[in-house]
Amino acid sequence: MSQDRRQPNTDHAHEDGAEYVTFRIAKQLFGIHVLKVQDVLNHCKTTRIPLAPPEIAGSLNLRGRIVTAIDVRLRLGLPMRNADETPMSIVVENEGELYSLMVDSVGEVLPLTNGSWERNPPTLDPRLREYSEGIYRLDGELLVVLDVNRLLDYGGLKAA
Amino acid sequence: MDELLSEFLTETNEGLGFLDVELVKLEQNPNDPEILSNIFRLVHTIKGTCGFLGLPRLESVAHAGENVLGRVRDGELVVTPGIVTTVLDCLDRIREILGVLEATEAEPEGDDSELIGRLDAICEQVDSGELAPADEPAEVEVEIEEPVAETVEDDKVVALETPVHETAAAEPAKPTKAAKVEPPVAEPAHADVAEHAAPEHAAKESAVANQSIRVNVELLENLMTMVSELVLTRNQLLQILRQQKETDFAAPLQRLNHVVSELQEGVMKTRMQPIGNAWAKLPRIVRDLSLELGKKVELVMNGADTELDRQVLELIKDPLTHMVRNSADHGLEDPAERRRSGKSDTGTITLNAYHEGGHIIIEIADDGRGLNIDKIKAKALSNGVTNEAEMAGMSDQQIMQFIFKAGFSTAEKVTSVSGRGVGMDVVRTNIERIGGTIELNSITGRGSKFTIKIPLTLAIVSALIVECAEERFAIPQLSVIELVRASSKSEHRIERIKDTPVLRLRNRLLPLVNLRELLGLDNGFEVSANDRRDGFIVVAQVGTYNFGIIVDRVFDTEEIVVKPVAPILRDIALFSGNTILGDGSVVMILDPNGIAAATGEITVSDDRQVQKGARSRKEGEQVSLLVFRSGDTAPKAVPLALVARLEEVDLASVESSNGQQVVQYRGQLMPLVSMEEGRRLAAEGRQPVLVFADRDRHVGLAVDEIVDIVQDRLKIELTAERTGFIGSAVIAGKATDIVDTGFFLTKAYSDWFGAEGERMGDGNGKRILLVDDSPFFRNLMAPLLQAAGYEVTTVSDGSEALALCEAGEEFDAIVSDIEMPGIDGFELARQLRDNRWSSVPLVALTSHASPSHMARGREAGFTDYVAKFDRNALLTSLHDTLSDVRGAA
Repeated sequence: MSQDRRQPNTDHAHEDGAEYVTFRIAKQLFGIHVLKVQDVLNHCKTTRIPLAPPEIAGSLNLRGRIVTAIDVRLRLGLPMRNADETPMSIVVENEGELYSLMVDSVGEVLPLTNGSWERNPPTLDPRLREYSEGIYRLDGELLVVLDVNRLLDYGGLKAA
Repeated sequence: MDELLSEFLTETNEGLGFLDVELVKLEQNPNDPEILSNIFRLVHTIKGTCGFLGLPRLESVAHAGENVLGRVRDGELVVTPGIVTTVLDCLDRIREILGVLEATEAEPEGDDSELIGRLDAICEQVDSGELAPADEPAEVEVEIEEPVAETVEDDKVVALETPVHETAAAEPAKPTKAAKVEPPVAEPAHADVAEHAAPEHAAKESAVANQSIRVNVELLENLMTMVSELVLTRNQLLQILRQQKETDFAAPLQRLNHVVSELQEGVMKTRMQPIGNAWAKLPRIVRDLSLELGKKVELVMNGADTELDRQVLELIKDPLTHMVRNSADHGLEDPAERRRSGKSDTGTITLNAYHEGGHIIIEIADDGRGLNIDKIKAKALSNGVTNEAEMAGMSDQQIMQFIFKAGFSTAEKVTSVSGRGVGMDVVRTNIERIGGTIELNSITGRGSKFTIKIPLTLAIVSALIVECAEERFAIPQLSVIELVRASSKSEHRIERIKDTPVLRLRNRLLPLVNLRELLGLDNGFEVSANDRRDGFIVVAQVGTYNFGIIVDRVFDTEEIVVKPVAPILRDIALFSGNTILGDGSVVMILDPNGIAAATGEITVSDDRQVQKGARSRKEGEQVSLLVFRSGDTAPKAVPLALVARLEEVDLASVESSNGQQVVQYRGQLMPLVSMEEGRRLAAEGRQPVLVFADRDRHVGLAVDEIVDIVQDRLKIELTAERTGFIGSAVIAGKATDIVDTGFFLTKAYSDWFGAEGERMGDGNGKRILLVDDSPFFRNLMAPLLQAAGYEVTTVSDGSEALALCEAGEEFDAIVSDIEMPGIDGFELARQLRDNRWSSVPLVALTSHASPSHMARGREAGFTDYVAKFDRNALLTSLHDTLSDVRGAA
């Protein structure tokens, strides 16, 4: 399946010139390695899943596959977005399951060089540090590389 | 061509290709037991199938090959290139014969004795190597002479291992030259056949291939994904079409619509097949087997139209065939033996397939001799699978599981049918590979039953689509009994006892579950209490527990493909999966088992959870109790199941008749009784009444206030000294008096139970032994049975019952609870079957009367299974079983 085609190598954080899909949550710029991203969706109707953790926004049908939507804001412990802001979604695959990560807005795809990469500053908000693979220094702002595996880690999610 | 034959050809050709590879692998890793058992199984399958199809030549070749492999597997032979070559020769011969078979549909004439001789010789080398004394080389020589010629050079290992044999082997090796002259004679013939077969073989292969092709399931899966996408697009187009009245696209879009629907259906169909397809060849196999074995066998197949995912079907096909074969061969006795044990000549093998709680269940049962525990024990010990000490601590059930171990067969003779210890381990491996489980139940002398449980993950089920708080959900149709529309105006309205909603349905109170509350869907949709009285009630059944689910709307039923939920959601027990509906939206599939469990009803216990059950049993059974107040302040309770209805009686309508207060109710007079002796009811106002019903008679128990319905365990802490009470128990944290309903019933109709008995007319002083650990049930049941004319003896557990048996007591029937401390119902049944009381009918009382539970009970030896509290069912059951016994006697 597509997963084989797109399954990225493990450590692309240090792969020079790797491309990242950028997105914003609460004005902060984030990035996910482009090979992890299956799709970018505008807001679409989701089916609510009762009794699920609050960050599970629901499930949706993406070309015949059921995708679980996760509101990254809530996952990161941020407040809910205002009702008038429509989120966008980035679809990623993790352990054979598709997840749609709801973010505030999706930006362009940026190639990033190793020279601008830094480890997480130890003072980073613990919740953010848990899901951050590192930081890239861009002109005028910083980009947080989101660790999708940890973000979707079942055990971690349960504990959270 | 015969379908069976063509299938055999396709499968065998495939198997042979695989074998070639595996044998080469084996040569490289001679010590890999896994490769070896794979090879052995394949050859065994080929041999077995040949036998059924009546292909003696193939069978004998395969049999000889299998013998060699058997020795290798048992460690008697070490794999050498020589052995592998010979086995490969054997495979080549099989392939040649198959080639001709495919072309002519008949086995070619030919002589395989040379090849078989060579194969046998390999085996005999072992035998003679172990046994042949040095002074008998001549004999060995004769045996080996011809065949060894080719193999012996390679077969150094055998020669080295058995120095005594060396001389024997060496001697025939000398005439090798002479022998080598011989093979040329054989080989041209061999080549002839090959040449002859080759062109036809190629032609035939394509012919068979044309009729059926094997498609990678992933390809089908992708295809289905594409079709789903197509369906979505089609739906969007249709949506647009609906908005535009006049357009040229209308006709082509309609056409597209139909084609897409058909395409979708077709693609779905490629994956689903009725299980009957896997059973199609069984009748013939059973017939042939019964001829071969001289047994009379009847094959009963139920649920052949149960649909299964194709892939799953493929994987269980062989195990099923194997198990049916095993049942016929090992399970069923020959007619003479059956007659001796008092059974009819014809043995029955029953196949059953059905959907149950998200699984497909396939049962293979026979009424034969059952497993021989002692033999299994002996075999397990000799195989070193376990030791005496471990064995001593095992239950029969655990010991039976040994038959699923590799190389385990208790058949005395190796027949062409079975008995090589290949089989049950393969069956289990195949089933576990698709995430299924296999269980075995067997009763000596009564037969065995295998239950295969396969997850429904890929299967299609019919589901009812409902809406609640603007969300849609699917409920598997199988657990839905009926739909009831409830509104405040109609006959069916949702009533509340405190906050617990209930529904009167055909003289019963049906507990209701509000889906909205259960799923926490209330946010933003707060509806007034009045509105909530309207809605639909989906009456669902889990085991014997019926309950209603309140939903807002009911849509259609739809065929859905159950997909597992994402791992993050797996611990939500209320959903068994999710699915995509025809319109492309995702819905969650509700799991009635989960709902029942979440609302307090005990989960239907599974056979495998016996241990667990034993633990929870100590904590007591959960019972629905209706709590009310009457007279003094102490709360009182009766089991909800005994209450037919809750009514409010207008006290002005209460009349007096024959010194008793009565009310006209449903065209009859219903006596009203009060908790307190002689208390008259007030003259006006409304009076809550618990109605107990029996056939067309009702009695009302006037109470002050209905408090609540609670789920709690019922443990009588204090035995009552007052009449009308059974005792006191702690319910919902308060001391509560448990009311003896029987007392009030007889108070209203002095002949309440007596009349019943006369009507049933079967008591006649028959002696009944009632075994139940709960004093509440003993107190409830004993008077009831006595009233029906039986003479009742009660004991509180299995060991007391057995003690009575030993003491020489006689009973006409035994009624026993299943869940008891110490010896439970199942164990009691088993023990009773082996002693003096073996012919006494045994009726089980249980609170979880799930089909699997019932089956287990029947197998343990219970004559019948009755849900607790179901008085009529118990009396009917006793009536029936006792008259059966009479009839039989």
